[in-house]
Amino acid sequence: QDTQEKDKALPPERAEEAKLKAKYPNLGQRPGGSDFLMKRLQKGQKYFDSGDYNMAKAKMKNKQLPSAGPDKNLVTGDHIPTPQDLPQRKSSLVTSKLAG
Amino acid sequence: FLGAGGGNDIQWCFSQVKGAVDDDVAEADIISTVEFNHSGELLATGDKGGRVVIFQQEQENKTQSHSRGEYNVYSTFQSHEPEFDYLKSLEIEEKINKIRWLPQKNAAQFLLSTNDKTIKLWKISERDKRPEGYNLKEEDGRYRDPTTVTTLRVPVFRPMDLMVEASPRRIFANAHTYHINSISINSDYETYLSADDLRINLWHLEITDRNIVDIKPANMEELTEVITAAEFHPNSCSTFVYSSSKGTIRLCDMRASALCDRHSKLFEEPEDPSNRSFFSEIISSISDVKFSHSGRYMMTRDYLSVKIWDLNMENRPVETYQVHEYLRSKLCSLYENDCIFDKFECCWNGSDSIVMTGSYNNFFRMFDRNTKRDITLEASRENNKPRTVLKPRKVCASGKRKKDEISVDSLDFNKKILHTAWHPKENIIAVATTNNLYIFQDKMN
Repeated sequence: QDTQEKDKALPPERAEEAKLKAKYPNLGQRPGGSDFLMKRLQKGQKYFDSGDYNMAKAKMKNKQLPSAGPDKNLVTGDHIPTPQDLPQRKSSLVTSKLAG
Repeated sequence: FLGAGGGNDIQWCFSQVKGAVDDDVAEADIISTVEFNHSGELLATGDKGGRVVIFQQEQENKTQSHSRGEYNVYSTFQSHEPEFDYLKSLEIEEKINKIRWLPQKNAAQFLLSTNDKTIKLWKISERDKRPEGYNLKEEDGRYRDPTTVTTLRVPVFRPMDLMVEASPRRIFANAHTYHINSISINSDYETYLSADDLRINLWHLEITDRNIVDIKPANMEELTEVITAAEFHPNSCSTFVYSSSKGTIRLCDMRASALCDRHSKLFEEPEDPSNRSFFSEIISSISDVKFSHSGRYMMTRDYLSVKIWDLNMENRPVETYQVHEYLRSKLCSLYENDCIFDKFECCWNGSDSIVMTGSYNNFFRMFDRNTKRDITLEASRENNKPRTVLKPRKVCASGKRKKDEISVDSLDFNKKILHTAWHPKENIIAVATTNNLYIFQDKMN
């Protein structure tokens, strides 16, 4: 009963904001602005450095490259991310089910 | 409601549904765009897997006057492939963000399809004849021994089973640093625009490219606003609009200057400062902007509402329709599950009298601008008997739930209808759920 009355005083949007701030007290000072925009602009960014990759390739010319098998989530010192390690993005070879 | 009785209201009936029945949806099958062509005969869809499927309406059967032609698969092709830009360490999705049809000029059909970075012009052509009776080749293509040729004949075209071929005619690449959200063809039918978060490019369908809008700040720390959608005016070939993440729309005239960074008109509704909250800007972000067919109005969609603007009045919309106002008291959880960032589209019917947009729980909404009535319908396989009129739905925001109503907390927020399209001339609509395409039409007597 008490909380209902408290909510009545605040417009619903502000009540929701209070809820959010209670859960995440460190949420950005600026209301919903730049953080989201930067995240939106950076969509698709992966961590692959072509310089590191080529250096590692040269260094490991005579060594066997650690294969990106089931342990690929374990990163060791010598293991430089390679294009093969990145999540495989193969194009769909299957016809769309809408056309089925 | 619309359709709850009354002679002139539309009664919507299920017509068809395309796609798999299973609940386990593969990422690639998520539908990302739906668009009728200018005659309404063709309906194109794009998906997250970079594929385009085009449906064609059957010719009307004169004896079956109680239903319009069905949409059947006409062509399907892989438009875009996933790419990795090693130089920028950027993964480029093959998801088709938008499809726009060119008006038909000859026997072939042309459409533009775009992913985040590359726009492609596709030609879709029919082949229903093939040449037969070559002198130097057998029917299977093998070359004949010239010494065995003793007579000459004239090859003729003979009918063959219809083949529909899609071929890429132009690829417009490397012009967008950020992610493309819109493409729009100019009424001159020669140029088109493509918009990303910070820039709008003008293209000639044959060759050129240049920026016509650039809002990238010199210092990215100062970034406060991005472009969310853009469209050319349907009749005025020098006019276009673009919407922003702050809920504003700018109208630009390309005759004013080469770079349209200064708008001709700025459409913005004043905000009530006492209502301002953490969520205000996020929910005011415009996810879609569409001109009316007449060119007199434009419609914008933000998270909770649809607004109609008169191009002659910048300081506020002339009409506002609440799509799902009951979500305003759920913004905290909608922010936590990212739904608050869902980008809903909207569309006009052919006569600009009704507007439509999607919501959650596979619900979609229509607003009649003349009668001021609205209706909520559901795209579900449960209603899939042709010619059965769809039952209106109602969400119970608070208090006692009536029979047949659904409470806000029971809504399925994974079932979103983001993309809808209205046939340009008829009361036929295409509604995309996550991975299914529904076609509804009005009940014909």
